[in-house]
Amino acid sequence: MSRKLPAKDVVIVGLGWTGSIMAYELADAGLDVIAIERGPWRNTATDYPPGYAADELRYRIRHDLFLRPEQTTFTFRNKMNQTALPIRSWGAFMPPNGVGGGGVHWNAETWRFLPSDFVARTHLVNRYGADFLPKDMTIQDWGITYDDLEPHYDRFEYLCGTSGQAGNVNGQIIEGGNPFEGPRSRPYPNPPQQQPFGATLFAKAARELGYKPFPQPSGNMSQPYRNPLGVRLGPCTYCGFCEWFGCGNYSKATPQTTILPALLRKQNFSLRDNSEVTRINLDASGKRATGVTFVDTDGNEWEQPADLVILSAYTIFNVQLLLLSGIGEPYDPIADTGTVGRNFTHQTISDVTSFFDPAKFVFNPFIASGAIGMCIDEFNGDNFDHGPHGFVGGGYMGQVQTNGRPIETTPVPPGTPAWGAEWKKAVKENYQSALKPGTGVHGSMYSYRDVYVDLDPTYKDRFGRPLARMTIDFHDNELKQNKFLTDKFAEIFKAMGAKQIKKEYRKGPYDITKYQTTHLCGGAIMGTVPGNSTLNRYLQSWDVPNLFVTGASAFPQNPGYNPTGTVAALAYWTADAIRSKYLKNPGRLIDA
Amino acid sequence: MLDRRTFLAASALWLASSTSLTHASEIREHMPWSPFPSSEPHIERPGPWKFFTADEARAMEAIVDRIIPPDRETPGGKDAGCAVFIDRQLKGPYGASSGLYKLGPYVKGIKQQGSQSPVTPAELYRKGLANLDRICKVNNGGKGFADLSADEQDSVLKTIESGTVEFEDVDAQGFFDALLKDVPEGFFSDPIHGGNRDMVGWKMIGFPGIRYDYRDWIGRHNERYPYPPVSIMGRADWTPHKA
Repeated sequence: MSRKLPAKDVVIVGLGWTGSIMAYELADAGLDVIAIERGPWRNTATDYPPGYAADELRYRIRHDLFLRPEQTTFTFRNKMNQTALPIRSWGAFMPPNGVGGGGVHWNAETWRFLPSDFVARTHLVNRYGADFLPKDMTIQDWGITYDDLEPHYDRFEYLCGTSGQAGNVNGQIIEGGNPFEGPRSRPYPNPPQQQPFGATLFAKAARELGYKPFPQPSGNMSQPYRNPLGVRLGPCTYCGFCEWFGCGNYSKATPQTTILPALLRKQNFSLRDNSEVTRINLDASGKRATGVTFVDTDGNEWEQPADLVILSAYTIFNVQLLLLSGIGEPYDPIADTGTVGRNFTHQTISDVTSFFDPAKFVFNPFIASGAIGMCIDEFNGDNFDHGPHGFVGGGYMGQVQTNGRPIETTPVPPGTPAWGAEWKKAVKENYQSALKPGTGVHGSMYSYRDVYVDLDPTYKDRFGRPLARMTIDFHDNELKQNKFLTDKFAEIFKAMGAKQIKKEYRKGPYDITKYQTTHLCGGAIMGTVPGNSTLNRYLQSWDVPNLFVTGASAFPQNPGYNPTGTVAALAYWTADAIRSKYLKNPGRLIDA
Repeated sequence: MLDRRTFLAASALWLASSTSLTHASEIREHMPWSPFPSSEPHIERPGPWKFFTADEARAMEAIVDRIIPPDRETPGGKDAGCAVFIDRQLKGPYGASSGLYKLGPYVKGIKQQGSQSPVTPAELYRKGLANLDRICKVNNGGKGFADLSADEQDSVLKTIESGTVEFEDVDAQGFFDALLKDVPEGFFSDPIHGGNRDMVGWKMIGFPGIRYDYRDWIGRHNERYPYPPVSIMGRADWTPHKA
C-alpha cells in the first residue's frame, strides 16, 4: 500500500540535464517542485575527487557511475521475427543513473543541429524527390525550426560556458568556425580549448584537402567561467579522464557544476534520491495525470500527487514509463498504428585508427579533454549533394581523441597477434605515435518502420514490470552512408602522413555488445499532429496535457551530431512554453 | 500493485552490490555535504591468494607470463602482478557478476545479443583452469601447464585460442577471451587493484597515470612528456618507508 505525500505543483521524474533545467525554470516561476531520481546524490568532492577520479578500471571498465543492469535493463533483437534477449551487461550504450544523469559522465561535446535537420523530410523531398528516400524510412519534420530553438541553444551554451569558435553569427560567416552551422545570435561564451598535436595535424591536412576544419564545441572550460546563475567552473586541465568519469576539477559542464547549486538554494524545490518512479498515475478519464508512484531503496512505495508531471528520464525509460502507465497508443509496426515506441534510433559510428612513424611523431595521447579535437562538417546532414551517392544523412568527423587511457587506448597495427611478445612490442612502439579518435565518424541514424520500442513479453525488472524491448538493425542507407564517410575520413589521415591506416566500417547487424554512443533517440517523438507523434512541438503529451516528456526520446530521427545541446535547448523551449503559455491557461497548447 | 517481498529481496541484492550504500533521502535547501569521500577506492594489498588455490595460482602466473612475456626492459605479467590482480577481481564483485542482469530464462541467443551465459567469471576461471590442467596432463605425461616449457605453453594457449580444444563443462574460447581482457587490465590498471606493480605497464608506454593536469603541456607539440607516472597510491619516492 503506498503512502501519499503532500501534493506539489510539479513532479519531475529523473534529475539529469533536462530534469535540472525544468526544475530550475519552474521553481524560478514560483511553483512548488519536487524531483524524484532513481540513483544517488553525486558530487565532485565526495564521489570523484581528483585523487581517485582517474581510475580507468573502476569507472571505464567496471562502469561504476552507470545504471546496473540488475536494477533494470532492456531486451534486444535485430528483427521482429527474432526472440529478444536481455542485455545482461552494457555494451552498445551506457544508461546513466543518479543525480546529474548522463551529464555527470558525458564528454561535453556540445553541438547544435543544422537548420535542415528539423525539417528533414520536407527538405530532402524538396531537393531529391520522395522516391529518393527508402520506402520504409519514417523520417519526419520536428514541428519546430532552428530559429525557434536558437535562443534556447544560446541559453544552454551560456549556462555551460561552452568553449568554441562561432562559424556563423547572425548570418555572417566567421573564419575558423563551422561555416555550415545555423546562425547564432552571439559567439560562444568561451574561446575554444587548446588543441593537441594530433588534432592540429588533422586540421592542417583537412585544410589542404579543401575542407574547413574547426574546433569541436566543448563543455570543458578553456578558462575559468561564471555562468548566469552565478555558478563557477574552473579551467579544464586536459586530464584525459572525461567520458565515463566524473570531473574532479569542476571544469566539465554538468548539472552539478552549472545549475544544481542554484536550484538547491530555492526553498520551493526538493529532491528525493534513490527512488524509482514506477508509474505515472492518471485520473478516471485517462486524460489527466494525478502524479506519480515511486519506490525507495527501503522498499517503501509512495504516491506523489502533482498538477504537472515532467518525465525527464533516459530515452528508453521515458518510453517504457509511458507504456507501463497506459499513456498514448503503443506503436504497432505491422498495422502502422499508434505512436509510443515508434521512430526509435541510435547512431552510425565508425572509426579509423592510424599509425605514424614512432621516430617522428609523439602525440602524448593522454593529454586530452572529452570534447577536444578538430572536426569537419562537409559530410553532415545535407551539407553535400547526396544525389550521386544513393543515401541520405551524414555526420561530422574529426580527430577527437579523448584519451590515452592504457586499457582502452593501446592500438596495435592490423595483423599484430592478440597476445605474447609481439603484441607487447607493438603496444609499446605505437602508443605514442598512433591516433585513435573515439568516435571519428559520428553519423546519423534515420528512422524506419521496423525499428521501435515496446514491452517485452518475457523478461521483467526487479519490480516484476516488463522490460522495454528494442528491435533495431542497421539499414542499407546508414551502411552506405558510413562507408562513404569512413573513406573520406581515412583520406585525411593518409594526407597527414600515416604509414598504416585501419578502417573499421560500421557493419550490420546491429550489435548490442559494441559501443557506439549513448545517444538512443526517439520512441516518444514530437511532431505536427497526434497521428504521427506522441508529443506536440512543446513536448506536451497529445493525450495527457499536464504531462511533458523531455529528452532525446522526442527526436523523430537522429541527426549526425551529439544530442545534448538539442536535448537541453528543447528543455528550455518547453520550460518557456509552460511559463509563458501553459500556466496562464493549463490545457493543450496546440489544438489537435 | 508491487509484491513487497519480491521487491525487498531484489533491492537488498542491489544495495549489497552497489558501491554507493546510500538509502533514499530527501534533499532540500542545501547541497548535501559530508566531509571526506563517500565512495573512496578499495586498495588491494599484497598477501595470500584470495581466490586461487596454490595450484591454480601457479598456472595463472605461468599464463599471464605468456600473455605478456617479460623482456629486457619490462617485466612480464607475473612480476607485474597480473595474477594477483585477477585473483582479487575474481574474489570481488566482478567474479560474481555483481550488478549484471541475472533473471531468467537463460536462452542461447545470436552473437550480437551478447553473453547469455549464467556462468560467472569466478566459475569460468575455476573450471577453465581445471580443464587446462587436465588437458596438459593427458598430453604431457602428467605435467600441468605451469610445468611445461614456454614454447609448449604457447602452443597449448594457441590451440585454445583457435578453438581446436574443447573444455568439458565450460566454453574454452570464452575462457581465453576472458584472459585476453583481464590480463592486460592487470598490466595497465592503477596499482591499487593489485597489478601494474611499480607502474611497470605505464612506464613501458609512457603513460603518466593520474597526474591530471597537463595545461603546461597541451601546447607542446611533438615533445615527449618527461615526467614519471603517479598512481592513486602516489609514488614510491613520495612515501618513504617507515621503520
